Amino acid sequence: MPHGDVPPAHSPDGLAPAVEMRGIDKRFGTVLANRSVDLSVMRGHIHGLIGENGAGKSTLMSILYGFYAADAGDILIDGRVVAITDSRAAIHHGIEMVHQHFMLVDTMTVLENVILGAEGGALLTRHLPAARQRLRRFSRDYGLDVEPDVLVGDLPVGAQQRVEILKSLYRGAEILILDEPTGVLTPQEASDLFRVLAALRAQGKTVILVTHKLKEIMAITDRVSVMRGGRMVGHRDTAATSREELGELMIGRKLASRLDKAPARVGDVAMDVSDLHVRDAMGVERVKGVSFALHRGEIVGIAGVSGNGQNELMEALAGMRRFEAGTVRLGDTVLTAERPAGPDLLRRLGMAHVPEDRLRTGMVPSFAARESAILGYHEDPRYGRGPLLDWGRIDRHTRALMERYEVKPPLPRLRGSLFSGGNQQKLIMARELERDPAVLLVGQPTRGVDIGGIDFIHRRLLDMRDRGKAVLLVSVELDEILRLSDRILVMFDGRLVGELLPRDADEGQLGLLMAGAA
Amino acid sequence: MSGTALRLPWWAEYALLPLLNLALALLAAGVVVLVTGENPVQAVAVMVRGAFGTGEGIGYTLYYATDMIFTGLAVAVAFHCGLFNIGAEGQAYIAGIGVTLVCLYLDFLPFWLVAPLALLGAAAFGAAYAAIPAWLQARRGSHIVITTIMMNFIAYALMEWLLVNVLIKPGQMSPETRAFKPNAILPSMETVLGGLGIEVAGTPLNLSFLVALACLVLVWVLIWHTRWGYGVRVVGASPRAAVYAGIAPGQRIVQSMLLSGALAGGVALNEVMGAQHRLLVNFPAGYGFTGIAVALMGRNHPFGVLLAAVLFGALYQGGAELSFDMPAISSYLVVALQGLVILFTGGLGLMLQAPLVRLLGRR
Repeated sequence: MPHGDVPPAHSPDGLAPAVEMRGIDKRFGTVLANRSVDLSVMRGHIHGLIGENGAGKSTLMSILYGFYAADAGDILIDGRVVAITDSRAAIHHGIEMVHQHFMLVDTMTVLENVILGAEGGALLTRHLPAARQRLRRFSRDYGLDVEPDVLVGDLPVGAQQRVEILKSLYRGAEILILDEPTGVLTPQEASDLFRVLAALRAQGKTVILVTHKLKEIMAITDRVSVMRGGRMVGHRDTAATSREELGELMIGRKLASRLDKAPARVGDVAMDVSDLHVRDAMGVERVKGVSFALHRGEIVGIAGVSGNGQNELMEALAGMRRFEAGTVRLGDTVLTAERPAGPDLLRRLGMAHVPEDRLRTGMVPSFAARESAILGYHEDPRYGRGPLLDWGRIDRHTRALMERYEVKPPLPRLRGSLFSGGNQQKLIMARELERDPAVLLVGQPTRGVDIGGIDFIHRRLLDMRDRGKAVLLVSVELDEILRLSDRILVMFDGRLVGELLPRDADEGQLGLLMAGAA
Repeated sequence: MSGTALRLPWWAEYALLPLLNLALALLAAGVVVLVTGENPVQAVAVMVRGAFGTGEGIGYTLYYATDMIFTGLAVAVAFHCGLFNIGAEGQAYIAGIGVTLVCLYLDFLPFWLVAPLALLGAAAFGAAYAAIPAWLQARRGSHIVITTIMMNFIAYALMEWLLVNVLIKPGQMSPETRAFKPNAILPSMETVLGGLGIEVAGTPLNLSFLVALACLVLVWVLIWHTRWGYGVRVVGASPRAAVYAGIAPGQRIVQSMLLSGALAGGVALNEVMGAQHRLLVNFPAGYGFTGIAVALMGRNHPFGVLLAAVLFGALYQGGAELSFDMPAISSYLVVALQGLVILFTGGLGLMLQAPLVRLLGRR
């Protein structure tokens, strides 16, 4: 196993690195999550840490933040060996972590959240004005624009993340770990975040960016470390490497750079949507008169900043949400607000749906994989006789699905939450695609999925198209939309505001449409 | 990759953990006994002997366990649909009406007709009473914990009114119905086994114990091996996933609560038709609430419910013997000991899970 170049104990100018981890081992049961991992991060650097899901990067960061104790190895901060036994010790050494899922109290204001855990005494009244001032200074210095007296629950996701970062800085962070920070952000919010990170770097803070997105690594980091299978496989200066090299290091083989995409052979209309209106649970109209046709043999991508009605549109089409007005024609069946169809009927009519929210909708994380493998199809006579379910047969069926769709590990009885995001998604794809649906609805198919998995899922979607199926794709990843779609519809504020062909579209033009500015 | 991925081997999860909890409870109870000046080891010996040492003890233990199998299953079934049914007590109480109406007014029929009709009566009245909070939850979003608790009080008031004013045997003071005729009672195990030539001690243990065992199997099949039960578990685990799968959460909520209430009705069968042979005030005697602890300790699995029900049956029976044998330990203290067991096995049931995972955890 190549071990990559050993990081220098000291930087060329003689200063000790801000963070150094030496020979870290961590074992969970029989699994080695980290095997003699070395990492060295310079002060004032943005240091990328990349690897596929399960490569061990989150474990490594959890050790640095004191969530886990390493079985072996040393942690050095500014060249001195320190014992980080819990997150309080980590905070004491100036290490802060911004989690993928924010640790904020929705019903408190920004200011109250920021001082949480650092209230500075029993009485808040004395402390609050000073805290407010510090908060304003941080906001100004780092371009972290947040109103201190707004309730956190009322803020968009990107602003909540800024609150998390402010909270870290308030507690005196010198070293900031960000775990997949752009997973929940729109492209605009992501570029705002990168500006903030650059400002932090300019002020001498050290940032460790954990991600599996090569584009982000190339855009913002100074140096990058790559993990695979629990080992550190290489360290590179970002300026001296390429996406291709990093991708190969990450997955241990060459990446096919482009999808070989045959021209679409578009057939007749599979689904015709006309003047659809949908309200959300609060009664707010989120889809305001959407019309389009989806043909056999094409992938239509719906681009848009998340929260512009794509979610409600998909749920209405999938029968999960009733629509207010309009018609949906599916084959010979016409659905209206008065004559709606539930998900069970739509499945029988040949529709399949890979939902956006994998863990809350597409599967049940606390169920065994084989139980999630029949979700939505549990009335299928193949799965048992009469009212009974035949788990032996479902077991074999699930195993076959797992083999065909490369779900690892191929264990039908393993709890769903123990699979990685990519493997969970492959299991859902397997369930939805194997019945050969005429129409496939797909929401955010590769969110939280590693590179190898993304490639696999994209190929399967194109394969569906080439076999004459109609695919409707909703994604906030522009790359994905551009890569897969035969036609792109742009959605803004509940309406379709543009239709483009991918060869004519560039990201700038799409971005303007998505922002409602074109 | 994260700590939550660690799991206990099944034997530790379902056997070792409950046993450790029980040991902790006994330890704490031992301290209480010590304070009263009695010998804790001797007290445990008295309880174990009282519960399992004689044929009579075993009979009483299983008789109490019968009630707790019914209520434990009632709580467990609702739990699988994501509902916390605190109302098994009231549902069991109301089910008493169903049993009593059949046994009082249809007692011209032969036993082999009265018994199944009384069973249906118990199930139907229990289910009907559970249907109200179920419907409120499914249609109006009224939280089922609150509504079932309040329905218990309505049940107490309604039953007292019925017993004092309507169903009371004329010309007597105590609010209870007349005794059922011999063809309208469930024969005791003493009678049944005696008929087969097996002699056992005379206890209130009756045929409804076998009904309870059948319900254990029925629930196991329904929840884990039918399409319906699969839907119930999806609703309980993730209502959004249920909507996605075309399973209507409201329907499953009402259906599983109907089943839950019907199961709670089993208490009426055991107490009214099997043990007392008449309808009495407050016959469920808190079994509906103990059922919550039974379901929690049994991890909502029928086999676990059986073990927990027998344990609690033994605590009831052994506790009764204890207050009899050791006068320093009053019956209130026995209730306190039972409370400690509920606290450690139910309320603090997962306290030892984290340390155990650290010791034995595997991915």
